[in-house]
Formats: sequence, C-alpha cells, structure tokens
Amino acid sequence: MIEFKDIKKSFGDKIVLDGVSHVMETGKANLIIGSSGSGKTVLQKCLVGLIEPDEGEIIYDGKSFTDMNDEDRKLLRQQIGMLFQGSALFDSMNVENNIKFPLDMFTTDNHSTKLKRVNEVLERVNLVGSNKKLPAEISGGMKKRVAIARAIVLNPKYLFCDEPNSGLDPQTSMLIDKLIYEITKEFNMTTIINTHDMNSVMEIGENILYMVNGKKEWTGNSKDIIFSDNKKLNEFIFASEFLQDAKNMRMLEANGKIDGNGDVVEKK
Amino acid sequence: MLKGMFSKPENAKLYWKEFMHQCSEVGLGSLGIVSIISVFMGAVSAVQTSYQLVSPLISKGTIAQIVRDTVILEFAPTLVCIVLAGVIGSKISSELGNMRVSEQIDALEIMGINTKTYLIMPKIAAALLTIPMLVILAMVLGIWGGRFAGSASGILSTDTYDQGLLQSFMPYNVIFALIKAYTFAFIISTVPAYYGYYVQGGSLEIGRNSTKSVVVSCVMILLADYALAALLL
Repeated sequence: MIEFKDIKKSFGDKIVLDGVSHVMETGKANLIIGSSGSGKTVLQKCLVGLIEPDEGEIIYDGKSFTDMNDEDRKLLRQQIGMLFQGSALFDSMNVENNIKFPLDMFTTDNHSTKLKRVNEVLERVNLVGSNKKLPAEISGGMKKRVAIARAIVLNPKYLFCDEPNSGLDPQTSMLIDKLIYEITKEFNMTTIINTHDMNSVMEIGENILYMVNGKKEWTGNSKDIIFSDNKKLNEFIFASEFLQDAKNMRMLEANGKIDGNGDVVEKK
Repeated sequence: MLKGMFSKPENAKLYWKEFMHQCSEVGLGSLGIVSIISVFMGAVSAVQTSYQLVSPLISKGTIAQIVRDTVILEFAPTLVCIVLAGVIGSKISSELGNMRVSEQIDALEIMGINTKTYLIMPKIAAALLTIPMLVILAMVLGIWGGRFAGSASGILSTDTYDQGLLQSFMPYNVIFALIKAYTFAFIISTVPAYYGYYVQGGSLEIGRNSTKSVVVSCVMILLADYALAALLL
C-alpha cells in the first residue's frame, strides 16, 4: 500500500501539485487519470523519488519514504518496478541483457539462473524467443512488454506505469492493460498507472484518482464513473459522442429509461 | 555532480565491466585519429622548422630538437586533447543526453542505482587512464613523423635527426606534458558529462549541449594550458 498525504510541488510560480492525498491499494490497479498538464506524471515521479515534493508525506507500507535517507531509498527502490512512457530500454543492450541488467546488478545468482529467470519473465509477457533482438528492432508494443519484463524481473512489490498505452494501437493497448492487471493480481503488487486512455480506465480501473490542475477532483472505481455526476469527470472521460452513448447504454442497462438528452428519466 | 559520484558501487563487477568498456571507447576508439594527427603534426613541424631555419650557422640537428620539444610540450598534450574534446566530449555529452531524454537515467535511478557513479565515474576514470597514454603515443608518433618527413623530403638524415633528439633533452618536459594530459583528461570527461547528464528537453537540446560542451572544454583546455605553463615552466 502506498499512501500520500498533502503532496505539494511547484516549479517556479507554477503550482503543479496542490495538496494531493490518496491511498494506493495493494493487489489493485490504481489509476491516476487527468488531462495533460494535470500533474499526474509529476505526482508519480514524486512517489518514486525522482522529484522531491515541496511538502507532504509519502508512506510505503507504513514506512515514510519522505524521511528515508538515500541508502534506505536505494533499498526500497529495489522493490519498485517502473514502466516508462517511452519504455526507456537501454539502446546498447539486447532484450535479454535489458531484462538481465537488474539481476546482474543486485543478485549474486549464476548466469544460468539469471537466464532462466529472464526466460520466465519473457514467457510471462509473451515474448519467447526475442532474447537477442535489439530495442531498435522491435515494435512499440514489444518494447513495452520488454519494459514490463524488466520491471518485474526482481519480483517488485510496487509497479509504476507511466502512460503504458501511449503510442499503441487499441488492440495492443488492451493486451498491455490485461498483462499489467494480471501481473498485479498474480504477484499481489501495488500497481500505479498514469493514463488518459479511457479503455484502460473502464477495463482495469479499480481505484481511480482523477486530477484537475494539480488537485484531487474525484476518486472511485470504473463502475462509479458511469454513475458519477461530477461534471469535470464526465467531460473528461466521456469527451466524445461515442463514449457518451456508451455511458448512456450502461446507465440504461442499470437504471431503466433515458430521455433524448441522455438523462435518466425513469428508474426500475 | 562530482560530489554525488562517490558512493559504494552496487555491484563492483558491473562497474568494472563498464570501466573497461569506457576504456575501450575512449582509448581504442580514439587511437586512429590520434595516430594520424600525431604523425602529421610531427611531419609538418619538421618541414616548417626547416623552412624557417635558413642560417647555415644553425645545425640541422636543431630541427629535431625543436620538433621534439614542440611535440612534447604543446602539440601532443594540447592539440591532441583539443581534438579529443571534440571526439570524446561530444560522444559523452550526447550519450548521456540521450539517456536522460529517453528516461534511461530515470530507469536506472528507479532500480536503485546511483547513476552518477555508474554512468559518469567510469568515463572520468577511463579518460584519466587512457588519455595520458594517448598523449604519450602522440609524442612518439609526432617525433617519428618529423623523422620520417625530414628524411623523406631530404631535409636531414635520420642519423642527424636522432642525434638532435638526444641533445639538451629535459625529462621534466615529459612530466610537464603528462601533468597537462591528466588535467585535460579531467576537463574532457567532466565538462561533457555535466552538459549531457543535466540536459533538459529533446534532441535539439542534446545537440546544443553537445556543441556547448565541446566549446567549453576547448576553452578550459586552453586556459588550463596557459595556467600550467605559467605555473610550472
């Protein structure tokens, strides 16, 4: 579980995070959503310590990350896996070495044990046989999967994903979402996903934090979104006519009739 | 940046591997260009010195002395290091800049790795080890280039050249050249590392910072060159 309280961060005069508090639950896909510039990436970077917040406290399973010294943070980070927006694979290393890198750095296992583990995680992300390919030789979706494999190779307790679907087609996006969700359940990880992909929100959003201008605007899960009357949230999630229709259909299924404007007029 | 570099390596074996890789990149990777420049600067020095020494009262062996001292004192350490500032400096800066922009440095940080120690320290250590070696090689090849050009163009025989080389030789000059080489090696590795590591933006900024790092390194080399000459000669 990761809890953060009253996180504030400014860059010069620009307030990016303005007192955000929330609890990210273990074994769930925790989503941070919001439009571009809402502060979700800065929040995630604050949570992993890549950016120091100006105020507030971050607590990992009861231990204050904010008060930790560098050595303790380094130890904690070995329990964190992160999937970056651009995958952040090491260009000079092939897929196998990219995934093996954390094992080389932090374990004393022999080569064959490391290789076995690499193949296990490659199988988990459906990339068997891609060991010797360079990052430049694989597609965007495969890069994401390699990055997931690298992130989970040390069996982390916490998984951070920064826009895992960016630049991917809808089908591959769904595969990546499904993979992250399954891994979260399988290893009982605290997974935090930054996204503005509405499919992800509706498919895997178990604990959603919606941010607007650096502030917490709404929290709930994907089912709550359908019935939420939060205007900003509705405008953000159901921005297109197609998505509005989808919402109305879901509401119709649950509540009964709707009028021409999409409002519920009669409940069962 | 330098202060944050000194921490215990997470895995000494991997750091050693990275150090050896950098030695290969910095040292072996620059061997060709250093060799070519050195031979030609020695050859040109011999030919031009001979062109200027027209007095029959000055012995031909003096040409060898002038080539030797010019190469050892200035050409090998300074000229070679200015070229290396371009070759190695831009490489270090753009490599780190690209890693920063593509979040590879962040990925290493998240893994719990001190990126300054892992990425910068091996580069500085490799530069401090290999650049003085390259400078020594440049001295040898520069003097040989002068010898070759002198005999090939009929300015002076190889025997006269060899005799001239041994006249009034001051071993301190070699030590001075090595002090310069170590100083310049530090500049060549740290300045571009700083510009690359702290780049912000995209590919345009990587290019800009890379160019800036080479310019700053060259100016610092020239300033250090003057300061060391004024202090130590």
